[in-house]
Amino acid sequence: MSLSQHPSVRQALLILATSCGVCSATAADLRSPDSFAAIADKTERSRALFVEAGKVIQSPRCLNCHPVGERPSQGADMHPHSPLVVRGVDDKGATGMRCTTCHQSANFEPSGVPGHPLWHVAPLSMAWQQRSLAQICAQIKDPRRNGGKSMAQLHEHMATDSLVGWAWNPGGTREPAPGTQAQFGNLIAAWIDTGAACPR
Amino acid sequence: MSVSINVNDQAREVDVDPATPLLWVIREDFGLTGTKYGCGIAQCGACTVHVDGDTLRSCSAPVSAVAGRKVVTIEGVSSPAARAVQKAWVELDVVQCGYCQSGQIMSATALLEKKPRPSDTDIDHAMAGNICRCATYHRIRAAIHAAAKQLA
Repeated sequence: MSLSQHPSVRQALLILATSCGVCSATAADLRSPDSFAAIADKTERSRALFVEAGKVIQSPRCLNCHPVGERPSQGADMHPHSPLVVRGVDDKGATGMRCTTCHQSANFEPSGVPGHPLWHVAPLSMAWQQRSLAQICAQIKDPRRNGGKSMAQLHEHMATDSLVGWAWNPGGTREPAPGTQAQFGNLIAAWIDTGAACPR
Repeated sequence: MSVSINVNDQAREVDVDPATPLLWVIREDFGLTGTKYGCGIAQCGACTVHVDGDTLRSCSAPVSAVAGRKVVTIEGVSSPAARAVQKAWVELDVVQCGYCQSGQIMSATALLEKKPRPSDTDIDHAMAGNICRCATYHRIRAAIHAAAKQLA
C-alpha cells in the first residue's frame, strides 16, 4: 500500500482538499469524482458528489433561467431581468415580446446580449431559485418534475445539452459556471452511479 | 460577404461583415432611417423591426441572422393592424418627441397581429421593452386598445 492509499493519509488529504483556502482550486473549479473516493460510505459519497455538482446548479448562470415565478433574473447578482420579460405560455416569452426579440442564436458581442438557438426559461416544474440544494436534488430526480427524464436522460441533458453548455460559454463579462460541462457531467454520472443520494 | 434579405417586400443584397448589426445595414446601407438607434444594447426598443412577423431588436442581431428572412421596418409595415395602430396614434396624439415611436409602433403592431384584443397585461408585457423618455405610456396603451377596437 502506498502512503497515499493509507486510510489515515487519504482522510487527511480529503480534509486538506476540502478546507484549504489557498490551494490551487479556485471558486470556479470543480473537483473530480475520483477526489471523493476517500468517502467510504457510498451514500455519503453520492451526497458529496451532488454538493459539488451543486456549485454549477446553483451558479447564477444556471439559476437565472430557472426562476420560481414568471420572470427570469440576470447577472451575477441575479437581479430581475431588464427589460421586464415573462415566461409566457411556452417559456419563450410573451406575445409580442419573445425571447428571440433580443436573444439570437449566439452571443452577440457588439451589444453584449447573450444567445443560443434554444433560448428559453426552464418550466415552472424545474424552478430552482429560492430552493435548497436538497430540494433541487429531489426535484431533478422526479420524472414528474424533470420533463419525464430517466436518470440516464438526466445525465445526458446535464453533460451534453448545448443550452446547458451555454453556462460555460456565456460571452461578454459574465463569469462562466464552475469547471467545464464535461467535468460537471462526470460528477453527475458518479452521483448517479453511487445511488443519486440527495443532500440532507 | 454578401447577405440576401427581403426588406419591406423587396429582395435586397448587401456586402458587409456578417456580424454587422442589422440596424446598421437598415440605416446605412438601405437608407431606411425610420428605425432608430437608441441604446445599442437591446434595452430601449427604438430599433425594433419585424422578422417573419415577430419583433426583433435590430441593434442586437447580426445581419447574418436574417439572411433569407422577411424583414419589415417602420417604412414598410402595412398590415390591417399597422393601419389601425397608425390611425389610433394620430387620433390620440400619442407622440411627444417621437424618437422612440417607430419602435413602439412596431411592437404594438406585432402584438395586435397576434392578439387582436389584448388585455392591459398583454400590452404591458409586449411593450415593456420599449422605453419612452417622454412617458407617453398611458397614451400608447390607450391607442393600442383603440386600434384593437378598430380591428374588431
